[in-house]
Amino acid sequence: MALPKLKQDATDARLAALDLPASGWSRSAREDALARVKATGLPSRRDEYWKYTQPDTLVQVDAPVAEVFDANETPIFNDFDRVKIVFVDGVFDADASDDLALEGVSIDRLADAGDIHWAKDVYGVLEARGQTPVERPLAALNTAFATDGLLIRVTKTPSKPIHITYKHAATNSDAILHHVVKVEAGAELTLLENGPAAARFNKCLEADIADGGKLHHIRAQGRDHQRRAATHMFARLGAESVFKSFTFTANGVLTRNECVIELTGDDAVAHVAGACMGDGDFLHDDTVFVTHDALNCESRQVFKKVLRNGATGVFQGKILVKPGAQKTDGYQISQSLLLDDDSQFLAKPELEIYADDVACSHGSTSGAIDDEGLFYLRSRGVPVDEATDLLTIAFLAEAVQEIEDEAIQEEIVSRIEGWLTRRRG
Amino acid sequence: MLEIKNLHVKLEEEDKQILKGVDLTVEAGKVHAIMGPNGSGKSTLSYVLSGRDGYEVTDGEATLDGEDLLDLDPEERAAAGLFLAFQYPVEIPGVGNMTFLRTAVNAQRKARGEEEMSAAEFLKVVRAKAKTLKIDADMLKRPVNVGFSGGEKKRNEILQMAMLEPKMCILDETDSGLDVDAMKLVSEGVNALRSEGRSFLVITHYQRLLDHIKPDVVHIMAAGRIVKTGGPELALEVEQNGYADILAEIA
Repeated sequence: MALPKLKQDATDARLAALDLPASGWSRSAREDALARVKATGLPSRRDEYWKYTQPDTLVQVDAPVAEVFDANETPIFNDFDRVKIVFVDGVFDADASDDLALEGVSIDRLADAGDIHWAKDVYGVLEARGQTPVERPLAALNTAFATDGLLIRVTKTPSKPIHITYKHAATNSDAILHHVVKVEAGAELTLLENGPAAARFNKCLEADIADGGKLHHIRAQGRDHQRRAATHMFARLGAESVFKSFTFTANGVLTRNECVIELTGDDAVAHVAGACMGDGDFLHDDTVFVTHDALNCESRQVFKKVLRNGATGVFQGKILVKPGAQKTDGYQISQSLLLDDDSQFLAKPELEIYADDVACSHGSTSGAIDDEGLFYLRSRGVPVDEATDLLTIAFLAEAVQEIEDEAIQEEIVSRIEGWLTRRRG
Repeated sequence: MLEIKNLHVKLEEEDKQILKGVDLTVEAGKVHAIMGPNGSGKSTLSYVLSGRDGYEVTDGEATLDGEDLLDLDPEERAAAGLFLAFQYPVEIPGVGNMTFLRTAVNAQRKARGEEEMSAAEFLKVVRAKAKTLKIDADMLKRPVNVGFSGGEKKRNEILQMAMLEPKMCILDETDSGLDVDAMKLVSEGVNALRSEGRSFLVITHYQRLLDHIKPDVVHIMAAGRIVKTGGPELALEVEQNGYADILAEIA
């Protein structure tokens, strides 16, 4: 079927401006992905899945200009013992990065020519699976055109986390990175990500977690104001495996974080959570799709948004329970705290269930600061600003508490406090 | 200490007068009790004094040691030494009880130009005070009042009072929802705080709380006014005969 003309034109224009990287082992995956993009076209504002978020600037040929933002603070996770890997505007920075050797883990780069056999089974594979029942053309575009990324294979539990840190240097940089993580049976990894990656960033993370494997993913986006980012996370979980992902987002004119999780082995656990804070010209979109396709799996989606001065928050979250996925325990909550009347929260929670012995719950709310709680705090002598901040942090707590590691939790809370303090008065 | 003169208060949102000329003076170191039937304005008086939204003072004044209370924000009243033990303590999910207490103590110290309490010092003090109120470590860690029983919530109010060391304490129906043992525990907590420089205004329906917290003066409030003032014997009279006799007597 022919695509609508505007969509066809926009897709043709973008594809004409990109070159398929000439890499060996990933070539066929890239060609397949390109075919997917051509078949569906890139997102347009008419697409149902992009009803609340305008994809135009993510699709257009040139990245809109974004000033480089100097956060003027110690970067997050800086004091952690970790293997740090740096990308500047999407380009690997060997000098700023640690040695890629880490016991129990092999770390390679997508841009290297070497034949990474194991990665072939994952690269573009989970992304392709995630294209049904809903198309995600920007992810296919990423698979086809990613210029670099990390290929991380975890065979034994390493002693420290891997930390990918992004830096933004050029005002018109347009970065496409694609990471693959394969956690082998029984192994466990913590993956950290932070930093403004580029003026426009298209990132894909595919995580294949074998039986009994665990992946903890903690990401901090921000505080650059003008960035545009479309990120995708695809996770496939084997039996008794665990995937926990938490994202903290501060600022950003346009951020779309998609997360697609497939629970394919019995007794697997997937938690995906997000805390975001937006002020003014801000749009943050969490789009989540969790598929239960095995027995006795647990999934949680916990998304909290603090919005002020006309900021917009979007949540599209779905739990799909396939036939036979009995004893599914699915939970989904999306909430916004609107600090004024100008901000808005748009939510589309969905459940689709084809098994009869499951427990699934979902809820979505929008509200202001609780007057009762505020008065209670003030009556104890806590000034109104401080009391409001305390209640704001409390609102985000359910999401932040999804982070298992207490030191990381504290690090995130300190960033939230910083954000609130800077916006006082 | 606390002086209320001719206080008139109406609801902000509707044309309903609740307090119709309250006059009350609580001297330093004294315990005053206010009793009265439902709807007489007892709780409104406590809310207006602590600065809750939703009320409009149409006439009169209230001062604490000569300072105009009605002009101050709730947090300023607290820093000035006023404390309200809530009839229904508010649950605050996501804020740990300990964090809440420490934030409050240090905010008041800061407002008064005093040095903040160090984490170690605070911990020592709070643990000692919690112990006498039978508040265990778990209750201190949990979010403020979340999942607390009625008795635990009231004990937590008294713990806050003990930590903040206010000079004017208002107890709004602190006995509601308490069993006999809990009432005794709460009362002991309050009695331990009685001192020359600290005054109490105890609002209650029933005389039984006053068996434990012995008042110096008892006021009867009805239809937005103090209608009768006397000694502790007045509370016994209410217990025996109800409010009807007293109201009939002054009518």
